[in-house]
Amino acid sequence: MRMPRRQFLNLGALAAGGALLTTRLAFAHASERQARFVLVIMRGALDGLAAVPPYGDRDYAQLRREFALHAPGERGGALPLDGFFGLHPALNFMQQCYAARELTVLHALASPYRERSHFDGQDVLENGSPRPHALATGWLNRALAAAPTPRQREAGVALGQNVPLVMRGPAAVTSWSPSKLGALDDDTLARITDLYAGDPLLATRLADALAANAMVDGGGESAMEPAQAAAAPANNARYTEIVHAAGGFLRQPDGPKVAVFDTTGWDTHANEGGAEGQLAGRLGALDKALATLRQELGPAWSDTAVLLVTEFGRTAAINGTRGTDHGTATVAFLVGGAVAGGRVIADWPGLSTGALYQGRDLAATLDLRSVLKGLLTEHLSVPAGALDTVFPDSAAAKPLRGLLRT
Amino acid sequence: MNSTLSAVIAANRFGLGARPGDLVAIGADGRGWLTAQLGGAPPRLADAGLRSSVDILADALNLRREIQQARKSAVADDAQNAVQQRLPQFLKPIYVSEATARLAAAVASERPFLERLTQFWTNHFAVSVDKQFLGGLAGSFEREAIRPHVLGNFNELLLAVETHPAMLLYLDNFQSVGPHSPAAQQLGRRDAQRKIGINENLAREILELHTLGVGGGYTQTDVTTFAEVITGWSIGGDGGRFADAEPGRFVFRAEVHEPGEKVVLGRRYADDGFRQGEAVLHDLAHQRVTAQHIATKLTRHFIADEPPHAAVERVADAFMHSGGDLPTVYRALLAAPEAWTAPLAKYKTPADYIISSYRGLGVPVEAGHGPLAPFELLGQRTWQPGSPAGWPDRSADWDGASALMKRIQWAEALGERLGSRRDAQQLAPELLGASLGDATRTAVARAASAAQGITLLLAAPEFMRR
Repeated sequence: MRMPRRQFLNLGALAAGGALLTTRLAFAHASERQARFVLVIMRGALDGLAAVPPYGDRDYAQLRREFALHAPGERGGALPLDGFFGLHPALNFMQQCYAARELTVLHALASPYRERSHFDGQDVLENGSPRPHALATGWLNRALAAAPTPRQREAGVALGQNVPLVMRGPAAVTSWSPSKLGALDDDTLARITDLYAGDPLLATRLADALAANAMVDGGGESAMEPAQAAAAPANNARYTEIVHAAGGFLRQPDGPKVAVFDTTGWDTHANEGGAEGQLAGRLGALDKALATLRQELGPAWSDTAVLLVTEFGRTAAINGTRGTDHGTATVAFLVGGAVAGGRVIADWPGLSTGALYQGRDLAATLDLRSVLKGLLTEHLSVPAGALDTVFPDSAAAKPLRGLLRT
Repeated sequence: MNSTLSAVIAANRFGLGARPGDLVAIGADGRGWLTAQLGGAPPRLADAGLRSSVDILADALNLRREIQQARKSAVADDAQNAVQQRLPQFLKPIYVSEATARLAAAVASERPFLERLTQFWTNHFAVSVDKQFLGGLAGSFEREAIRPHVLGNFNELLLAVETHPAMLLYLDNFQSVGPHSPAAQQLGRRDAQRKIGINENLAREILELHTLGVGGGYTQTDVTTFAEVITGWSIGGDGGRFADAEPGRFVFRAEVHEPGEKVVLGRRYADDGFRQGEAVLHDLAHQRVTAQHIATKLTRHFIADEPPHAAVERVADAFMHSGGDLPTVYRALLAAPEAWTAPLAKYKTPADYIISSYRGLGVPVEAGHGPLAPFELLGQRTWQPGSPAGWPDRSADWDGASALMKRIQWAEALGERLGSRRDAQQLAPELLGASLGDATRTAVARAASAAQGITLLLAAPEFMRR
């Protein structure tokens, strides 16, 4: 659904008027259906014009030259979306989700950050304020901390050894990552627990780690058939264990409901490739990981929304080394059984030189925080009144409503 | 045994962890012990078997050429796969022997402050082995571009880094081409469709990460112009149109250099080829903003996650007054009273944790992948920070629940391996000195076995920090 600008804005205004009512309903609904949320951070700046090529834009092919993806059906063609945008051919599972109305693509979107440093860009993406290093906590943690029930407040898990900024803050979250090391001796563990009694940080971390391990080990059987589970690593080795653990946590009725994990390798300055090549390989691995996640979640998939975001986009034109440099607006993907999908939401600014931001990047017409606000209130029951704390100085970014099935 | 707070801070925070006997030897003057390490030439790695980056890269480029030829010829798939494997098979053992030699030097070092400074600068100018060829080059990059300049001048260090093939490969500059250069004009005449131009990756990271720091006052135009300034900073032997220069060595290619005078950060630079970029680097290295950026990072690494403002200013002043003389900068850091008050101010990174364990317990670093495995398991594979920003340097980046559990699991495995060959009760005061608390002392003393005693010592809150 690529809307003309006017219609796009009207829809936002209408939705904002009914915000209070919508939030209450969503809360009642969310608590009975146990909404799950997975945030995937794509570190390194994903090339949105390669992942979701606007092959219908008349300037696109010239900017991308031999790496331009063609219309669906042609050789080297994109997968079909709405007739104007396509999906990168490595994103097969995503395309199936789109057809099943479980994928929404958000294009020409950006965080409020307008410089081109990865590290500051990721900081803004995670801290939820308009400025890098303005806050030492992350928006997702602050959102959890504002949730109505204690269980929702402690619903977070970071799938990695350490907790990324987006999940740091007042709400208790845990972290989990695969280990090749053996289980600890019970007596030794008890003694270490005693030893940490006077050290609040280590005591908390140890307790969290034990709770997370108990959940992954004893958390019910994988929803995957054994044959599927055995086949998965070969396809998908990069993210297999993380996705398996995400399934293990999220499918449990009493487990965490909100998970975050990182993916890397999106900084394609040179030899990015087109339908095939470096970026295609990365996208393919991610696509397979999402397919595995759906299998792992089983029936819980229908209550799940997965959001994939990156810190900023890349230059509209390819550079002199068959890659792209740091840019501005890009895409985000919202996928899952809870998503009101089958749409591309984009107020498309165009790719003519005059339309490009600073004459080089896809311009931003959608604030990432609008998407996040819509998701947090409608999917995770975060009270609308808490949004100012979750996203300081964001009054202009109105929540984008209707992203989820009702 | 009596050891002082000063000795504990010197050995454990500024050094790489105390070995038995170190704290007593240091005595009351930790600062003096560290200052003495700044005298003399910087240490080199003992392993004579390590090859130069030029040799390694020349071989790697040859292998890549063979792989490309095999791909073009109609060889069977099996044979093609075998050829494909030859590049990783060539690079992996180089990575292992380089990383092992570095670890062995860190564990055995009598000048651990310098080893930590070497690691600091390698991380400041980070390359990451997840990019092709870097697995074979990260070690020689550190030996050739970082180590010789650790006690030199920042400007020399900067120039050595930015002209090293590992950096030119990692941040893509080796193939960046000035759009108005002779080579681009010629290629453009032959094939109008083909796009030739700059890659701004290295220029941006020099400004953002290596010198001024983000928010250091540069604009997108400065990035783009600086990228044009360093077009032609490349590597010999990269096949195709550039096969002339010596394979694997830095080369300035005048034919791809963007011609003309250029303005970077308001200063005008005449076009004198390579020296244009050299002049920009020189000016960047002498800016107050750069001094501030370096001082902040050093102070964060050696004093506290939130660096005390006054200490940062004094270190930055020393940087400016001395024109970037690094020993002067380090002495200013050591002179900061803030450095000597609170022990255990920093949460150890996984690398700190492993190296200090090996040093404290006297674990020999054997050849092969074995001693490197824990770096991967605990989340800090050597030379693989995954981004040019390097590894982060604050507690919150490393103190995750899962990360803590892995340290404890590893500590238990190491305890079981060493068993009664080490006495944790005796080692605890040797390694932790004045920072050793009663809870840890008691827990180690009451351990049910020698192995458990070692595990408890390594898991202790005092050993998790430096």
